Amino acid sequence: MNIIVVIKQTFDTEAKIAIGSDGQIDATGVSLVINPYDEFAIEEALRIQKKFGGEVTVVSCGGPRSQEAIRTALAMGCDKGVQIDETALESADEYVRAEVLAKAISEMPYDIILGGRIAVDDGSSQVAVRLAEALNIPSVSSVVKLDIENNVATATREIDGGTEIIEVPLPAVITAQKGLNEPRYPTMPGIMKARKKELKVVDPADLGVSGLSAKMKVQNYSLPTPRQGGKKVDGEPAEAARELARLLREEAKVL
Amino acid sequence: MNFALTEEQQMVQDMAKSFAEKEIAPYVEEDEENHYYRREILTKMGELGLLGWSIPEEYGGNGMGWMEGVIALYEIAKVHTSWRLGISGNCWGPAMTINEYGTPEQKEKYIPGLVSGEYVGSFAITEANSGSDVASMKCIAEDKGDHFVMNGSKMWISGGHTSDIGLVYAVTNPGAGAKGISCFIVDYNNTPGIERIPIHTKFGMWPAPTSELVFENAIIPKENLLGPLNGGFKICMWMLNNTRMGCATGAAALSAACLEGSIQYANERIQFGQPIGKFQMIQQQIAEMKLEDEAAKYLVYKAAWLKDNKLPSQQETSMAKLYACNAAVHAANLAMKIYGSYGYSTEYPCARWLRDAKQFETLEGTSNIHTMIVAGIELGYQPNR
Repeated sequence: MNIIVVIKQTFDTEAKIAIGSDGQIDATGVSLVINPYDEFAIEEALRIQKKFGGEVTVVSCGGPRSQEAIRTALAMGCDKGVQIDETALESADEYVRAEVLAKAISEMPYDIILGGRIAVDDGSSQVAVRLAEALNIPSVSSVVKLDIENNVATATREIDGGTEIIEVPLPAVITAQKGLNEPRYPTMPGIMKARKKELKVVDPADLGVSGLSAKMKVQNYSLPTPRQGGKKVDGEPAEAARELARLLREEAKVL
Repeated sequence: MNFALTEEQQMVQDMAKSFAEKEIAPYVEEDEENHYYRREILTKMGELGLLGWSIPEEYGGNGMGWMEGVIALYEIAKVHTSWRLGISGNCWGPAMTINEYGTPEQKEKYIPGLVSGEYVGSFAITEANSGSDVASMKCIAEDKGDHFVMNGSKMWISGGHTSDIGLVYAVTNPGAGAKGISCFIVDYNNTPGIERIPIHTKFGMWPAPTSELVFENAIIPKENLLGPLNGGFKICMWMLNNTRMGCATGAAALSAACLEGSIQYANERIQFGQPIGKFQMIQQQIAEMKLEDEAAKYLVYKAAWLKDNKLPSQQETSMAKLYACNAAVHAANLAMKIYGSYGYSTEYPCARWLRDAKQFETLEGTSNIHTMIVAGIELGYQPNR
């Protein structure tokens, strides 16, 4: 089975976000990781491979540092890596990335494509679904359990207040939700082997997708307002409760 | 000269950090309270290749060397100092020493299990009346032709009663001092005549077991002699020059833990209307901790680099161990001051840091011994090995 995992390199979830003087998010000195939801996708890919054999290719659209994320995926056990060099794109948004990924992946053999259900940085949840559309194959999002048999994927996904089980023919795009599995650590021998595995850098121009321009423009970034200190409402319980209700209605305006 | 980690080293660091945070951190308080040795952590370390540094791949080695090993151990020990012993006890002690001095049969029999975490390893040198003066040991192994008979005792042995395989140093030529000591591979599970008594009175390092070993006519097969008969002293010094890296790295990591905790506390604790980190006297303490942690780390890296390049490293290993243990004790002291009353409460980690830091001044060569080594080599009284 040919398995493709699409991953994104994101800020470490504990990283402190700062906005530089140019108004952009400043990544200097920030440690970058594989988007945690994409780690579930990698783990699932490796489990599918263990069951059915085949090859796991990890694909990422990003700048030069995204190679670190791909290398880590290779250390976890993926076989090959492809970095689509985002710096060569004029502009990139979810639409552009999905189109570029679709073009690159359409030239590879694939039976299933896995990704995370959301990237923890911009939280758009768009790329994997757009990718499925661009490839004209079905997709199932937020999957917590996945079974494959006779070229059919049975995916259990979370819905409001419950779960839903969906059957799709392969090839399909599946996005991973927390709970799907427990991602493995790269082993030390795995890290050593990763160096020798193929990591291809692809120029988007060579994919014949030049001229794509982003449909979305980020106007500006701003940090959330720092948390204010709490307020203590003193007095007799009944009176305090009344005062609290008044504050919630008139000051916080949440009632 | 290049201070940057390679891509692989960066991955090792990230992996070890994530492993320590997920697999070790959740149990720190519980295991401290119960003085509990959590064997499965070592098993997991073995499975992930964290016990196979500088060991040939045919025996299960992970294909990496000293530098990667100290980078990994630093992250692990930063979370829980007791777990610095995992790598020393299995890899840098027994596995590496058997790899250097063992016969092909010995290597094949013992190294893979030590590296995979199937066995817990240990080594035993110290006795009740023989500490810094290693050659004064009394535990004796009498040559009986096809086997040795071991009698005597060992004291303060890390992992003594929890280990499966241990290196035990014993006298084989009484009266010959350093020239009358040999090294034996002891299979603790299959050797009658060994009593292993847990020591419960340690000041710190509670989840890392320590024991007294008593040998009473213990039969050690001839093929378990490691290296030449009466050649054990040299093996012992060679081994200590490796295992001391576990102390040096563990101590440097402990100073880093104290620093990280202190920074967090100094930024959160408000007094006189501002975080206490804004006060110069706290800044002085943070600066001292930062300087010493950084210096300790680079001394450890330097010694690791020398070892990877097969260059003499005894002086650098002693410098790293001596400096890092001073840094750890100092940092633990300062952390306790910065945390104030919370620092003196066992609900915060300062007490553990201080308990664990004090070990480093004593074990695997006291600070006095390391001072002698550094000065002796510097003055030209002994070669750097």
